Amino acid sequence: MKYLQEICPILSKRQVTELAFDITVSAPQMAALAKTGQFAQITCDGFFLRRPISICDFDKEKGTLRFVFEVRGEGTEWMSTVKEGETLDIIGPLGRGFEIVSGEGQAVFVGGGIGTPPLLSGASMYGKNATAILGFRTAKAVILTEDFAAAGAKVMLSTDDGTAGHCGLVCDLLLERLENGPCDVIYACGPKPMLKAVAAIAAERDIPCKVSLEERMACGVGACVGCAVKTRTPKGEERYAQVCKNGPVFDAKEVVW
Amino acid sequence: MADLRVNLCGVPLKNPVIGASGTFGYGREYNEFFPVSRLGGVSCKGTTLEERLGNPPPRIAETPAGMLNSVGLQNPGVKRFISEAIPFLKKQGTAIIANVAGSSVDDYRRIVEILSDTDVDMIEVNISCPNVKEGGVQFGATCAGAEEVTKAVRAVSKKPLMIKLTPNVTDIAEIAAAVEAAGADCVSLINTLLGMRIDIRTRRPILRNNTGGLSGPAVLPVAVRMVWQVANRVKIPVVGMGGIAKWQDAVEMLLAGASAVQIGAANFTDPFTPVKVLEGLERYLDDNGIEKVGDLVGKVQPW
Repeated sequence: MKYLQEICPILSKRQVTELAFDITVSAPQMAALAKTGQFAQITCDGFFLRRPISICDFDKEKGTLRFVFEVRGEGTEWMSTVKEGETLDIIGPLGRGFEIVSGEGQAVFVGGGIGTPPLLSGASMYGKNATAILGFRTAKAVILTEDFAAAGAKVMLSTDDGTAGHCGLVCDLLLERLENGPCDVIYACGPKPMLKAVAAIAAERDIPCKVSLEERMACGVGACVGCAVKTRTPKGEERYAQVCKNGPVFDAKEVVW
Repeated sequence: MADLRVNLCGVPLKNPVIGASGTFGYGREYNEFFPVSRLGGVSCKGTTLEERLGNPPPRIAETPAGMLNSVGLQNPGVKRFISEAIPFLKKQGTAIIANVAGSSVDDYRRIVEILSDTDVDMIEVNISCPNVKEGGVQFGATCAGAEEVTKAVRAVSKKPLMIKLTPNVTDIAEIAAAVEAAGADCVSLINTLLGMRIDIRTRRPILRNNTGGLSGPAVLPVAVRMVWQVANRVKIPVVGMGGIAKWQDAVEMLLAGASAVQIGAANFTDPFTPVKVLEGLERYLDDNGIEKVGDLVGKVQPW
């Protein structure tokens, strides 16, 4: 695996909700290597550690990477202040993504809140064979539904407070979707309790399920062993894997929830 | 062009810049950014006799100008270190520094004995890990403990021994003197400073281990001071580390008395830090007409 560092001009920046921002940067070398579900490490001025941000989409011809991120703390708050024409110092593309080969079969993408962005490029690969089940706190926090629809996916929306789409959890919609049609694989990213529930539903029905995880991270490349997640080996032994290098995408069966 | 070569207790290094243990894996990842053969050496991730799983996450917390970690010596054990890491590093052409830890003096003795018959160039003995209940700092925090481990590994080692010291003590120079007397070939310092951060929303420590080791630019002045104190106390070489993020920091460390430096947490901010330090150091020597890097060592002129 080759790691790159690029100083990337910001081509566009848009605020999409109160807390979420949508940034596209020029990063020709990284875009050429990028795979769906990978992430990048972005330097935030004045902060010691880079921020791991999932790659929402990439365009190999235009040489661009797109990031949709939420202000979670001081680092991402700084990221929300960057302007078009300025640059970001980015390392990437990092980690093991969703490893989607053909986009054949019926795929269901389950995204919770800011876990939605890394699923977009994968859903594009499945096009009409994709169902995107996206859940948010409230209508004002909804992101990317139009992008998923434009990629060809059937979008099912839920909010915790019922202000948009189904009132309740993405798992309600997932069960509904699984009742109504075949599903060959589930890809999910979101809060850990959501992922755990999705993994359980997939396991009951014997549907392959890939989950993208996050953890507090330092190096981002597998050198410091900081971002640990407990996993089970095929022999049944429990180990800490590294989210940055062994993941961020894991087989849901490997993860010790 | 200034001569950057260093002879560290019999081990020739092409330059004094070393990737620090615990931040650099076994060199494999950073070799994807730049050839690690550029470096004087790689100090490998702390290795124990048997595999260690490490501490539960979160293991990382950011701090002003630095970070805390509580990894807890996660490593695959000495067998896999020998079969996987050493052959890779041997091919790269940089000095291989094994870093070892144990739960007992006998663990240290056995692992050093095993590594003595491998291709490692030097063994760094970690008696200063703050993140494990056994096998770290309980040996390094007292002169008697540090001396006991050093004597035990000295008796079996065919490799030069570098003892890595903890800053979490009252008088680090006293510990350095004790390991020198017990037969250490050189010392490296500083390991991380014990620290803690709390999430004010949940009122929980950010680290699952509650406390962790502080590294990064925040600790540089502490490290420079301790290197200076130790270099003034012992005759064996001192390898300086702690917060080096740019070439100027490395020059400070050399002036304070370090014969070589290790670059740790700064790799996370900028993976090219060691290369930039190296290039800056070379320019500094040339600009100042200094023929060899060794001429800088310990040349601080204290008031």
